[in-house]
Amino acid sequence: MKRLGLSPTGLVAAGFLLVVLLASLGAPLLAPYDPEQQDLTAALAGPSAEHWLGTDRLGRDVLSRLMYGGHVTFIAVAEAVAVYVVLGAGLGILAGYLGGWVDRLINGISDLLLALPGIIILLMVLAVFPNNGAATMAALGAMTSPVLLRVTRGVTLAVREELYVRAARLSGLTAGRIMVRHILPRLAGPITVQVFLFAATAVLVQSSLSFLGLATPETVGPSWGNMVAHAAAVTSQDLWLAVPTGGILVLTVLALGLLGDAARARPARRAAPTRAYRPVVPAVTSSPPAVPGPATVNGAAPLLSVRGLTIAVPGPDGPVTVVRDVDFDVAAGECVGLIGESGSGKTMIARSLLGLLPAGGAVTAGHALFRDRSGSTTVDLARLGEREFAAIRGRRIGLVSQEPSSSLDPSFRVGSQLAEVIRRHEPMSRRQARARVLELLATVRLADPERVARQYPHELSGGMAQRVSIALALAGNPALLVADEPTTALDVTVQAEILDLLRDLQARLGMAVLLVTHDWGVLADLGERAVVVYAGQVVEQASVDDIYRDPRHPYTRRLLEANPHRAPVGQGLPTIGGVVPSPTVWWPGCRFEPRCPDATPRCVAGPVPLEPVGGEVGGSANRLVRCVRAEELVRR
Amino acid sequence: MVRATVRWLASSAALLVVVTALTFVLTSIAPGDAATAILSSQSGSYTPEQVERMRHLLGEDQPLWARYGAWLADLARGSLGTDLFSGQPVTEIIAARLLPSMSLVVGTVLVATLVGTWLGAVSARRGGFVGRLVDVVSLLGFAVPSFWLALVLIELFAVRWRLFPPGGYVDPRDDLGGWLATMTLPVVTLSAGAIAFIAKQTRDAMSDVLAQEYITMLRARGLSERSIVYKHALRNAAIPVVTMLGLTLVSLLSGAVVIEGIFFIPGLGERAVVATGDHNLPVITGIAFCFTLVVVTTNLIVDLAYRALNPRVRHS
Repeated sequence: MKRLGLSPTGLVAAGFLLVVLLASLGAPLLAPYDPEQQDLTAALAGPSAEHWLGTDRLGRDVLSRLMYGGHVTFIAVAEAVAVYVVLGAGLGILAGYLGGWVDRLINGISDLLLALPGIIILLMVLAVFPNNGAATMAALGAMTSPVLLRVTRGVTLAVREELYVRAARLSGLTAGRIMVRHILPRLAGPITVQVFLFAATAVLVQSSLSFLGLATPETVGPSWGNMVAHAAAVTSQDLWLAVPTGGILVLTVLALGLLGDAARARPARRAAPTRAYRPVVPAVTSSPPAVPGPATVNGAAPLLSVRGLTIAVPGPDGPVTVVRDVDFDVAAGECVGLIGESGSGKTMIARSLLGLLPAGGAVTAGHALFRDRSGSTTVDLARLGEREFAAIRGRRIGLVSQEPSSSLDPSFRVGSQLAEVIRRHEPMSRRQARARVLELLATVRLADPERVARQYPHELSGGMAQRVSIALALAGNPALLVADEPTTALDVTVQAEILDLLRDLQARLGMAVLLVTHDWGVLADLGERAVVVYAGQVVEQASVDDIYRDPRHPYTRRLLEANPHRAPVGQGLPTIGGVVPSPTVWWPGCRFEPRCPDATPRCVAGPVPLEPVGGEVGGSANRLVRCVRAEELVRR
Repeated sequence: MVRATVRWLASSAALLVVVTALTFVLTSIAPGDAATAILSSQSGSYTPEQVERMRHLLGEDQPLWARYGAWLADLARGSLGTDLFSGQPVTEIIAARLLPSMSLVVGTVLVATLVGTWLGAVSARRGGFVGRLVDVVSLLGFAVPSFWLALVLIELFAVRWRLFPPGGYVDPRDDLGGWLATMTLPVVTLSAGAIAFIAKQTRDAMSDVLAQEYITMLRARGLSERSIVYKHALRNAAIPVVTMLGLTLVSLLSGAVVIEGIFFIPGLGERAVVATGDHNLPVITGIAFCFTLVVVTTNLIVDLAYRALNPRVRHS
């Protein structure tokens, strides 16, 4: 059953449906009584050994009648489903595959059908063909088919552009063959989901009409709908009769609905959304001994001191550690760059400081000591709960993210979003907040603050949106601004302006900046110190000047060589062969070793510590490198 | 805006023509006809000549297109024809029955929207147990047939505990309290399925929205969880949910047809069921026309709400 990908619930639902189906189709053989056999002496008897589900007003056996009634229901549903699938899937494939006017025509008709008041059409069909279940169910199938049609069309549109279908087209397969051979199999899943859901609807509609006496009235024979009508007439004498008659309907529809859900929910799709944004409660298990960090600017206590920070996120086979044992400091007013390739864990580190790790991610060890506004006490960001983060986010630490357009709520005007954040951090009147909004928009050098405040995010250019995003981050006067790839999504000229703005703000507001980037140019522009991250570890830490002049870690050196800003003109840009190893396969030794031209057997012998190294003449002494050959590989 | 209006008018007209023309086509191919239905309702026996004469009087000997043309011409004069049996103008029948039906349907939309969005938002936020509970409630609301729920509710709340009248309808202009009392059970009955549907739609939309980067950024800016979920996320999730409300209302019209009879509400649906039984074409067509008008009006309201909620559409 695992093969079918059915959950336990789906399995129970499938089993129940199978039993009901067999009992209904096999009613003539299996039913204990003739459904019409009356026994007025035993009318409205409750459940008993002879009549498991009791009897109705005429003393007929309820169980037998339910079985025969199921027969009617299943045949009706089968008819409706057949029409639904043939029309819905057939036209959906045609519309999706052929496109053009065929698509427009089919779409127009399906829009029209969806807007029809369904029951009126069914009533008209019933007026024309009294008691004709087949015609009614065909009409139901046809009227509902646009739902399936839309799903089918959507999938077909996606599949037809995939490589293997395009290849089939180029190799001369006819449209018909492609649709049947290549597209139809891909539709099996989505169609199954829709069929179960529609079958549930069909059961309900069929029994509604039968309840109203418009289809399969009681004189014709038992049906689930007319049995409820029968029960309705005697509720004041006996409410029991409503239980099995309604129960079978509820359970059958429920089972069909559950199967539809089970077919939709391939395990991977199900888990994600419900927990997608659950606040992460740090589960700190162990705290490593405090590591002596690099001396900080002026020797004062740093604003932020990260020690042994270790972060895990959920993987298919349990938690995966994506950041391990990271140490670095940020002094007040200082700009520190966190640099590395994508997948290095730099964004995880940055987001963990705000308690905003992705679903299920958590800090599993280490500290991130952050100085209070007063400067006298510190909080450990690695151990804060959702509630305590409220005092930090926006107020002490601001965040600017990579994609300016997706970091603003599309439904609210810029001014309203800013005002809300301002008033959240500092209670004030609307009028005062309004003035502050304009002031902040001017601070981020937006030319026409009045106008921008009235605009919606979609009306802003990328650069403007990023300025608004920065204004939002500044609204609470944070001491630290975390800028996560703040210019990556922008045009080059806009990039320079934003960097200029950030540098200016940092100087003017005395704000520390933690700059997350993969771009040496950005780092050189803004950063004072660089923390180089590779595969979840800090591999080198030094002033930006030192790093540029004298990179010590082989990875830093390769990364710098691959920097387009520094590459010699006229030569190909060097690249680093290989890829960052996946967190699932990390080994104790140096993680850069497989890509390192200077690797020796010592590199993989055991964990490599992050150790101070002596600087060259003129460089600052505060350098840390995680490389067993750091001293010997001094650049010649 | 002008283009949108033109598009709405065109699609509305198309829908009205399709529905009414379909009514004519279907009813004309019916095996029985109105002439025999009327004659047999007046006297038990009749001659073929009488039938012919009745057919002529009813215009049933005319070709279909001519009859439809005559109906359209009547419509242009504001007439929907007359009831074949009582001779009452169909517009009068509809006027008398519109308020009961709309009380039921609009009342249900309001209740279902409020409860459904609330349930959906809460479950998207809480996940876990509450989320599963809403899942179960959604499935049950979908699976429990309204006519069965109606009979259980009537038996319990009206017959046994006497909290509400078992049925009937009171005009709100005469007695607002009585109207509320009679509407309660039908609205609750019809709401169950709609609440389930709206809760599920809201939950899915909320889950999508809550996974967006701008929600993380709102959190990073220090906004309260309450504002993030119930102001920002709900406002954005409302956009897809509102479009589903149109479909909900159309399906509620169908639901009303089924339960109006059970609660003895003198509405359009109940009349349509009776008219279906005796081939009363003018009444069926009139009610179909009226339902379609409700549908196209709903579509317009949904479209306006969609524009109001979605600045990207509003400004383009």
